[in-house]
Amino acid sequence: MKNRITLFAVCLLVWLLLVWPFGKGSAGAPDVLAGVVAAAVTVAVMREISTERADRWLNPVRWFWAAVYLVVLAYYIVRANLDVAYRVLHPAMPIRPGIVRVRTRLKGAGARTLLANSITLTPGTLSVEVTADGEILVHWINVTVTGIERVTERIVGRFEWFISRIAG
Amino acid sequence: MSSWLGTVLWLVGAAFDLVGCIGLVRLPDVYNRLQAGTKCVTLGTCLILLGTALLADCPACSAKAAMCLLFVLVTAPTAAHALARGAKVSGVPLWEGSVVDEWDATVDRGGERS
Repeated sequence: MKNRITLFAVCLLVWLLLVWPFGKGSAGAPDVLAGVVAAAVTVAVMREISTERADRWLNPVRWFWAAVYLVVLAYYIVRANLDVAYRVLHPAMPIRPGIVRVRTRLKGAGARTLLANSITLTPGTLSVEVTADGEILVHWINVTVTGIERVTERIVGRFEWFISRIAG
Repeated sequence: MSSWLGTVLWLVGAAFDLVGCIGLVRLPDVYNRLQAGTKCVTLGTCLILLGTALLADCPACSAKAAMCLLFVLVTAPTAAHALARGAKVSGVPLWEGSVVDEWDATVDRGGERS
């Protein structure tokens, strides 16, 4: 029950931010009511897949690490873009693509999703598949090292520590 | 100050979007193209939204731009993942210049897919 109330509150908050500002000529009671209905429908529909403890959303320590992580991720996203831009614009297109395997010790579905998405957003790597036993298949635009240990260190190492604190 | 910064963000964002499009045309296979499509277009779009948040007169508009930014940041890699996985499962081959493909090794181990 607590999970659903939390999920409802988060949904409603997102909705209110979207219809903000309130007042004459803008959002009013009907908009808030629509938000309550939409949040309730979301909670009802998502019941099956929101079994992970939603009360973790209320932990401020996790939010702190999420904010730090956003900055770290932004740095890697910019680097990723300069890297891809260089490869795309270079006349000879210096790429050595391939699909490699990495291993993660993260357990939760949310944590693994966050990791896979982070991998996709960062230099030269694109998550293709996540297996049940915690391996991620990654398309890498410029394969420089081989062997699952070294590839894991290279691709996963920089995120795992943060993600285990946000969603672990 | 913020209008100047916002304009610069717009221009840089548009430049990254352009590079993403060039990448879509130049790179050899589905997977490499998705790399250009996700990275450059995600950053380009995020920068444009960030510029919009700075340029907008009303705080509510800025809040909306910021929320769109977060949504793009979450949905773009998810969509790319779905496309790449769909391509691989349907047997779209890697570019012949690719150096390694450990996909089949995983399938042969009988690892159950989630």
